[in-house]
Amino acid sequence: MTDSVVAARGLTKRFGQFEAVKGIDFHVDAEQCFGFLGPNGAGKTTTMRMISCSSPPTGGELTVLGMPAWVDGRRIKRRMGVVPQENNLDEEVSVIDNLIIYARYFDISPKVSTPRAEELLSFVALEDKRDWRIYALSGGMKRRLLVARSLMNEPELLILDEPTTGLDPQARHLVWEKLRSLKRQGVTLLLTTHYMEEASQLCDRLVIMHEGRILVEGSPRELVAGHTSPQVIEVFEPPLDAEAGLAALEPVADRTERLADRWLFYTGDGDALLAKVRALPLDPSSVWLRGGMLEDVFLSLTGRGLLE
Amino acid sequence: MARVATAAAHRTGRGFLRDIVRVPDVRVPAAWRLWQRNAAIYKRTYKLNIVPNFFEPFLYLLAMGLGLGAYLARIKGVRYIDFIAPGLVATAAMFGASFEVTFNCFVKMQFGKIYDAVMSTPLTIEDIGLGEMLWSTTRSLIYGTVFLAIASSFGVVHSWWAVLTPVAVALTGMMFSAIGLSFTAVIPLIDYYTYYWTMFITPMFLFSGIFFPLDRMPNWVQVVAWFIPLHQAVDLMRALILTGDIGSAAAAAAWIVVVTGALFVVPMNLLHRRLVK
Repeated sequence: MTDSVVAARGLTKRFGQFEAVKGIDFHVDAEQCFGFLGPNGAGKTTTMRMISCSSPPTGGELTVLGMPAWVDGRRIKRRMGVVPQENNLDEEVSVIDNLIIYARYFDISPKVSTPRAEELLSFVALEDKRDWRIYALSGGMKRRLLVARSLMNEPELLILDEPTTGLDPQARHLVWEKLRSLKRQGVTLLLTTHYMEEASQLCDRLVIMHEGRILVEGSPRELVAGHTSPQVIEVFEPPLDAEAGLAALEPVADRTERLADRWLFYTGDGDALLAKVRALPLDPSSVWLRGGMLEDVFLSLTGRGLLE
Repeated sequence: MARVATAAAHRTGRGFLRDIVRVPDVRVPAAWRLWQRNAAIYKRTYKLNIVPNFFEPFLYLLAMGLGLGAYLARIKGVRYIDFIAPGLVATAAMFGASFEVTFNCFVKMQFGKIYDAVMSTPLTIEDIGLGEMLWSTTRSLIYGTVFLAIASSFGVVHSWWAVLTPVAVALTGMMFSAIGLSFTAVIPLIDYYTYYWTMFITPMFLFSGIFFPLDRMPNWVQVVAWFIPLHQAVDLMRALILTGDIGSAAAAAAWIVVVTGALFVVPMNLLHRRLVK
């Protein structure tokens, strides 16, 4: 417990009558990437805000870098970096000035922060945008600048709230690459995301939250192994005359899901089941076999209905 | 059910009072960091911003002082322009601070999400509040002293006590920073500033004894006027710049210090209440 960078026990957050976080336990080890997954309204952002000392916990225990969160907020925030979900850069000044101004909040003088800012701009591939104004940057560039800004105080713990939401694939891969490189340098990463691929790519361990509670915890691989079948057969828009045949296969599968546009068969032996599906009068291109994914775990735990 | 709701409302009421008078978690060096941020941004555009500050006093003093003044007898033994100039210095201090803590702060807080960014650094929201008050006081100091410098070229300075005007301007600016920032911290929409300006700032501008003396008015007017923040600032400036009546300057300054002191923690605590959830 004491070696954890972040540790929570019975952590609770209430807003009036509404309980957003309902007594959760977790711990984040040093130099790991830890993910919070969950649908909107699961309590991820609230949890992150408590960890980043922007919001006082209502109950339970929360220590960050060995200090009680919120109470020791100033000291904790000095050693922590935060990449917010929304861009909140100073629009009136240049890219480099944004970094220098931000560093001053940590009592870092422009003399020290200017070379560091230049270094970080090249780290996030923005060195040729040094003197640009913020409005001229694309969404991806702004996000990379936010990552650079969060590193100005050389944090031990970096908190990222949906770091790649709204980015194109190129920008997303660049951000991932930078985050992995930070982890190699010994920075502990904590992120929330909606993207299962992002979580699989980056996280050593993760939790899936739903309605203020942690449902499961583990590595992406453990979660896939423990909470969904190894293989999935998807059948897209089967014709009506094949449905009886598909329904007959249900007992063979571990689990079956019938959605508006497709059937899903979760199974341990994909090849055997695939042969049976192929025998039905189906367009071969509408059937495919894939491995179980984190997204299957996520959806089976949190449901398919819209939660907002 | 209704009783429960009343009890809850009552609790909120008392909780609100306790919230706004609590001791804020504020540190001056941290607040200064926000001042530096604002100054760095202002420095980029100050040439653009400061030019109107020079024109405004000219326009007022020409139109009201010389234009209107030409049709008026002397007021209390002095030219009309001498009478109004100190009050306009007080107004400049009020406007300088008020623009900053109303529109500018609201835009930073609500649209730019700048306070959220700063709150993830070692600064607290209370540090941000104090930093904004210090900065808007600085803006009022720029406004007010530029105004005085221009006005002095019209020969309106009649007392050596006028050297204390920058201190008086800063006090005035700090008072209106605390009032305006408190308003900013509670309004949900930027449109509410229409009320602030048309029902608070503009009436004060017109009825604080800047353009006509209040001492021949019925007694109740003077009683009401004593409670008007800008009126006290006008008395203070007039005593320093025109009459040299240091006794009444001290009385007005004391009023401003007491009111500012009483309000000082309110905007910080209201911002805390709004942004720390």
